[in-house]
Amino acid sequence: MRRLMGLINLEHEHDFLEELTYFRCGAATPFAGRYRLIDFTLSNMVKTEIEEVAVFTNKKYRSLMDHVGTGSDWELARRHGGLFILPPDWNDPTDISRGDLRHFHNNRDYFNRSKADHVLISGSQFLANTNYEEMFNHHVKSGADVTLLTVHLDDELPEHKSQLRVTADNGRVTQLTNDQNNKEAFTNVYIIKKDVLMDLVDECIAFHKDHFFFHGIKENLDKLHVESYQYNGYAMFVNSIESFFRHNMKLLSPDAYRRLFFDNSYVRTKISNEPPVKYRETADVKNSLLANGCVIDGDVSGSVLFRGVKVQKGATVKNSIIMQRCTIEEGVHLENVILDKDVKISGGQTFIGSSEKPFIVAKRKVI
Amino acid sequence: MKKRCVGMLLAGGEGKRLGLLTKNLAKPAVPFGGKYRIIDFTLSNCSNSGIHTVGVLTQYSPLVLNKHIGIGKPWDLDRQEDGATILSPYTAKKGGSWYQGTADAIYQNIHYIDQYDPEYVLVISGDHIYQMNYEELIQHHEEKQSDATISVIEVPWEEASRFGILNTHDNLEIYEFDEKPAKPKNNLASMGIYLFNWKTLREYLVADAESDTSDHDFGKDVIPAMLNDEKRMFAYRFEGYWKDVGTIQSYWEANMDLLEEDLSVSLNNKEWRTYSQDTNYPPQFLDENAVVENSLINSGSWISGTVKNSILFECIDVGAQSLVSESILHPNVKIGKGCTVKRAIVMENVDIPDNTVIDGTTEEEPVVINRDYVEQLT
Repeated sequence: MRRLMGLINLEHEHDFLEELTYFRCGAATPFAGRYRLIDFTLSNMVKTEIEEVAVFTNKKYRSLMDHVGTGSDWELARRHGGLFILPPDWNDPTDISRGDLRHFHNNRDYFNRSKADHVLISGSQFLANTNYEEMFNHHVKSGADVTLLTVHLDDELPEHKSQLRVTADNGRVTQLTNDQNNKEAFTNVYIIKKDVLMDLVDECIAFHKDHFFFHGIKENLDKLHVESYQYNGYAMFVNSIESFFRHNMKLLSPDAYRRLFFDNSYVRTKISNEPPVKYRETADVKNSLLANGCVIDGDVSGSVLFRGVKVQKGATVKNSIIMQRCTIEEGVHLENVILDKDVKISGGQTFIGSSEKPFIVAKRKVI
Repeated sequence: MKKRCVGMLLAGGEGKRLGLLTKNLAKPAVPFGGKYRIIDFTLSNCSNSGIHTVGVLTQYSPLVLNKHIGIGKPWDLDRQEDGATILSPYTAKKGGSWYQGTADAIYQNIHYIDQYDPEYVLVISGDHIYQMNYEELIQHHEEKQSDATISVIEVPWEEASRFGILNTHDNLEIYEFDEKPAKPKNNLASMGIYLFNWKTLREYLVADAESDTSDHDFGKDVIPAMLNDEKRMFAYRFEGYWKDVGTIQSYWEANMDLLEEDLSVSLNNKEWRTYSQDTNYPPQFLDENAVVENSLINSGSWISGTVKNSILFECIDVGAQSLVSESILHPNVKIGKGCTVKRAIVMENVDIPDNTVIDGTTEEEPVVINRDYVEQLT
């Protein structure tokens, strides 16, 4: 039987987004006006008709749990299967596992109970709007133990530095390196046979290993049949403030916006019930993305506004990212700024950052 | 499973005067306000007023309406014991029939209400735009020890003859119901919102059903019969925005009213949210040439032209050098390049080709554009 189950493994993702990840994990960081990073991979899984998805998370997961809830907005609130948020809850006194192996070891039930025989494993930092159907077909057809999703890098960007490079011979992966001259980058998305996964988990634990992918797969390339499968659509890696800011801004080009949001069915996120955006008489909005619930009296250009942002008369917001429910009062001037949720900038102030180093204001600040 | 109050929401009307807008769907399901359907306002009122037992009476073209309401989830009406229940006409052992009138619709569902053994039954319509706390109506009803309470709104004297007018004593006790009076004695118009003691109403519904001469209508038959028997009936004065969206003109006006700031109906009121089925479309995109003033725009829309004083639903395209003003664009309308659309209502999924001019400013009512209209253009 060919059936796929999903796993979003956040164990080895660092809180790379400075102020934005002081109180939330990277996967829960708001992105593109109404999403969180995790929405992309979660939606892709749902579109692949994966009916059970687990999330390995180890800290700062309150915001993440609040966001995904029961999974109903992704149609993952199921009588059987559905969404499983698995924070660290480890009570096995004989447990000797380390790193993300502790998650695998303590959640064996999740894998054993499922009827699926393949597992799609992903992080949250590779963003694309796709489904993994073709990749899964390739995986099954080639009879591979593991299939790695790769992208070809046209331009080498700072966020690509940490991505492993894949050398393949006729589709079969022979090497995983750090060689920046190799433009075939691993996306941290892969499909693995469930029984192979469980065997490798046992092996890693027995040898006191602490990183499943590195020790279980990368070090066993000669023993395993590992295939590579290239993704050609619009995609990005978000793993730093700089890449976060740049990729938000890039969506303001019509081509990028269309490719990410309209080339495939919609990316799902938590439903909020906000009213349509209200543009008042004095509003002047150009080249921007706005989510519902915004009320605009002022000038907005080259910016991404999340749900419920208020820009008052005479305020200017330029090249900025303004998160949920921020209020920009009269006469304020913002340029190259990131405001986290619920920030209030009171009248007449000016804040200017640079596109390489945007000025960031942490959640709930009143300035 | 006793409940204090059961809401009965009349949503079966055809809305003939809305013309094309109700060609394929019931009036309460007509899109409204950039994201909603008309019935969302009453359903949200129920939810916000703590009325969790709501029977929705459907009849005319119910497919879209049924799908929209579903199990009532957006209004928190997906509940185990009660919640939202769609009540369509049915047949049983003794036969069955379509709902003959508003009173008959409730009469045929007496068994639905009885299972909750309520003190009160609230009868409301799914085709009015207003935000009202029904709990205050219930309190007024209790204070007056009323058998029936009818919510009223003050209308300008010169317009009073267009409404059902309630003539009241100073203490708001109703002594007469005047349907569209030529010479109104009062300017308190019935809003079609009735609160009854269930015991009393039940008797009148049974009696009304047995009458051959009755039209089985609340305004025409049941209320006059109760007045005739000198039941305690009071008016409840509602102060706020209320609009019956009965015609194309009033539908258009009610939408435009949402753009006004000083009305007591607000979509942005966090204390009184208006809930609806939500969609999961991407944020709206305004490109470098976009000009948007005094408008509401929903997600998934792409604006390259000019939009003024208009209401745009989800997934609208407004092409470059196009002007949309004083218009309502239903979901998934695509306006090409160089178009002018003024004072029009463009229906779902209509594509307006490049350089089309539609001007409803000289017409009596705003023009309603559907696919047939566009096909005739080319």
